[in-house]
Amino acid sequence: MDIKLQQVSYAYAQGTPFEKRALFDVDFEIPSHTYQAIIGHTGSGKSTILQHFNALLRPTSGEVHIGDRIVVAGKKAKDLKAVRQKVGIVFQFPEHQLFEETVLKDIMFGPMNFGVSEQEAEARAKELVDLVGLPENILEKSPFDLSGGQMRRVAIAGVLAMEPEVIVLDEPTAGLDPRGQKEIMDMFYNLYQERGLTTILVTHSMEDAARYADNIVIMHEGKNVLSGTPQEIFKDVETLKNFRLEPPRIVRFQQKIEQMMKKPLQKVCLTEEELASEVARMLREERAES
Amino acid sequence: MSEILSLNNVTFSYTPEDHESRNAVENVSFAVQEGEWIAIVGHNGSGKSTIAKLMNGLLYPQQGDVRILREVLTEENLWESRSQMGMVFQNPDNQFVGATVQDDVAFALENNGVPFEEMVKRVHAALEQVKMSDFLDHEPHHLSGGQKQRVAIAGALALKPKLLILDEATSMLDPQGRGEVLQTVQTLRAETGLTVLSITHDLEEAMLADRILFMNDGKKFAEGTPVEIFALGDKLVELGLDLPFAMKLSKLLQKEGVPLMGQHMTEEELVNDLWTSNFNK
Amino acid sequence: MMEKMIFGRFLPGNSPVHRLDPRSKLLFVFAFIIIVFLANNTVTYAMLLAFTLLIVFVSRIRLYFLINGLKPVLFLMAFTFLLHIFMTREGALVLDWKYIKIYEEGIRQGIFISVRFLVLVFMTSILTLTTSPISITDGIEVLLNPLKALKVPVHELALMMSISLRFIPTLMDETDKIMKAQMARGSDLSSGPLTDRIKAVVPLLVPLFVSAFKRAEDLATAMEVRGYRGGEGRTRYRKLKWDMGDTFALVLLVAIAVLLFFYRT
Repeated sequence: MDIKLQQVSYAYAQGTPFEKRALFDVDFEIPSHTYQAIIGHTGSGKSTILQHFNALLRPTSGEVHIGDRIVVAGKKAKDLKAVRQKVGIVFQFPEHQLFEETVLKDIMFGPMNFGVSEQEAEARAKELVDLVGLPENILEKSPFDLSGGQMRRVAIAGVLAMEPEVIVLDEPTAGLDPRGQKEIMDMFYNLYQERGLTTILVTHSMEDAARYADNIVIMHEGKNVLSGTPQEIFKDVETLKNFRLEPPRIVRFQQKIEQMMKKPLQKVCLTEEELASEVARMLREERAES
Repeated sequence: MSEILSLNNVTFSYTPEDHESRNAVENVSFAVQEGEWIAIVGHNGSGKSTIAKLMNGLLYPQQGDVRILREVLTEENLWESRSQMGMVFQNPDNQFVGATVQDDVAFALENNGVPFEEMVKRVHAALEQVKMSDFLDHEPHHLSGGQKQRVAIAGALALKPKLLILDEATSMLDPQGRGEVLQTVQTLRAETGLTVLSITHDLEEAMLADRILFMNDGKKFAEGTPVEIFALGDKLVELGLDLPFAMKLSKLLQKEGVPLMGQHMTEEELVNDLWTSNFNK
Repeated sequence: MMEKMIFGRFLPGNSPVHRLDPRSKLLFVFAFIIIVFLANNTVTYAMLLAFTLLIVFVSRIRLYFLINGLKPVLFLMAFTFLLHIFMTREGALVLDWKYIKIYEEGIRQGIFISVRFLVLVFMTSILTLTTSPISITDGIEVLLNPLKALKVPVHELALMMSISLRFIPTLMDETDKIMKAQMARGSDLSSGPLTDRIKAVVPLLVPLFVSAFKRAEDLATAMEVRGYRGGEGRTRYRKLKWDMGDTFALVLLVAIAVLLFFYRT
């Protein structure tokens, strides 16, 4: 299921003296079965954009195509429930949405809103609790008796239980410790690889975008200004600076190495492992030559 | 150099009657000297937040004692002791009491009965130190997380404390906010020699400290300079923490057979070593 | 939705009215509400209206906002106006059509009532539009201070109010976030049978309450650590300053009251 934004603009409080434009003619596409990252400074329009992916917000001009559904400015769209099921959003600090008496009931809330039977919803809950790395006995507990990290996983399970075709992640690792961050990001990456779940990561972390995304879209002051593979995007440090962004550590370190060796590595490395093997290879070549 | 704060054989449990459960903090001792920056690191549940509460009298230890400026912390000297310490908490919103920035900075001063003229001076001076002087009348919901935390720091500084405690003050912030806060603290130390104790799981923050206290399961696992602590390498990862970027890369390079000497904490060290070990022919 | 609400309807500005001490504004509006009832003829109502419009002019508040303030009472205004038009049978007969009889006095009374509504709404709106909620709280606190002698916890009430006010925008933002998160999970507050829609309020209220309690707990801890131990021995940072402008405002009020008193029938 593709998502397309065509010349989408959005203004908050439209028609009042407090009107504020947040998006300006945003135009890009999220193809099925890809992992996209949307990066931008706070205030660049990232959170406004992600609310258009499941029609929580309607554009004030332009069109949003979500699969077969078209959401147009001005026309009140009916029956958006189907869209909400197909595009799942994990908001920042999703643990704040937990409310049910038990973890099981909370995870079942989403799917049952979309007409899934109680048995099916329960089965999904059991499967997902394991997927997000929680023990099965947690299902009977109250979500409010859990630690912050556990609550977050329950909330994520609740969104995955809807079995969406696209998943949007808004700063999924905010506030987690290093181990927690790695576990969550790896989990979503596995879902992407194993189930082809189209994934849209909205983040500040250049490192995560570099490590996981096929394609990166850069937002700046309400407009999408750059789009490309991580290698393409991170090569151009000057342009990134104009958007008040810095390439990930890895890339910056690679530049230090290239400066020292006075020649470039064969490719832009996106992970520590890649960089280590590239540098090792290059050094072996150097030694072979001399 | 005098001792600002110390924990001496402190043991604390949230459920003292339950002999099955383990203590939140078990026989922990350490001291903070004037002018130092100490970082307390550990995974969630390691006891670090409990230590923060013990330090300012929100909790009292079942065994051992907490000393502020060498005096044991008790209910009698609680308020006096609290005015010697400034504390910044994790959630930027849930510690912002005032209707505007300057009102919030003045809060602790009002509580301590500081006269009006003095309050005005201190509020402006504190906001100057955290570079938020342009935001005097701003309301909190118009501020970013990093800005709110800087206001919180100003509020703590207004009482001219001997110690600034940062209790996971950067965990909820975006990278820019984190940078702002850490930059502010570093500048403060350079300008005033402020003693800082920060509780964190962020590496970058821990690396700025003079000494690190590594907590695990309520016990003090290790104490030392950042270099000494990070030398524990994989043990840190096992216990839920991360390694500095340069160190991770250094290990990976060595695994790939690149000759290098020892461990590296900073990128500069790594680059220099790569050069000397491989290109100085 | 949330972005359309301007909290407290306070519009910052620098007009003479904005700069008045909140105490004088509170006393002014309070007294004005009573004085309004002194008017009972064309001259006095005209004076009231002129006086009100003068204040509006000095405050530099755009009429758009004041008229917006009328909207909630528009129905009531129209209703009482029509009531007078059709029910008051005094004075000369103005219109006689089928069985509808409209008398001159009916029209006069109708207009008078409407003017009364208008000036009351405008004046109280000016209060909230030119005074920040926190100033109003300060003003109320200082005015109620004498009640401390009667053991009324004035300081605590004022602190509660100011903290609540400070958190309203924060809580509004949070409500919006929770609503969106639950909508994204298929929760629907706006369509479906009534019982479903009522049930859909639970996933909104529970998280909101839980988070509000957590905030309260965190805030209490922070306040304690920052030395708060009740109102004893506390000094005040936010000071109210009463100056010539405030005295002038009250003098003006007395003047209009006197005028109304003389010119009423």
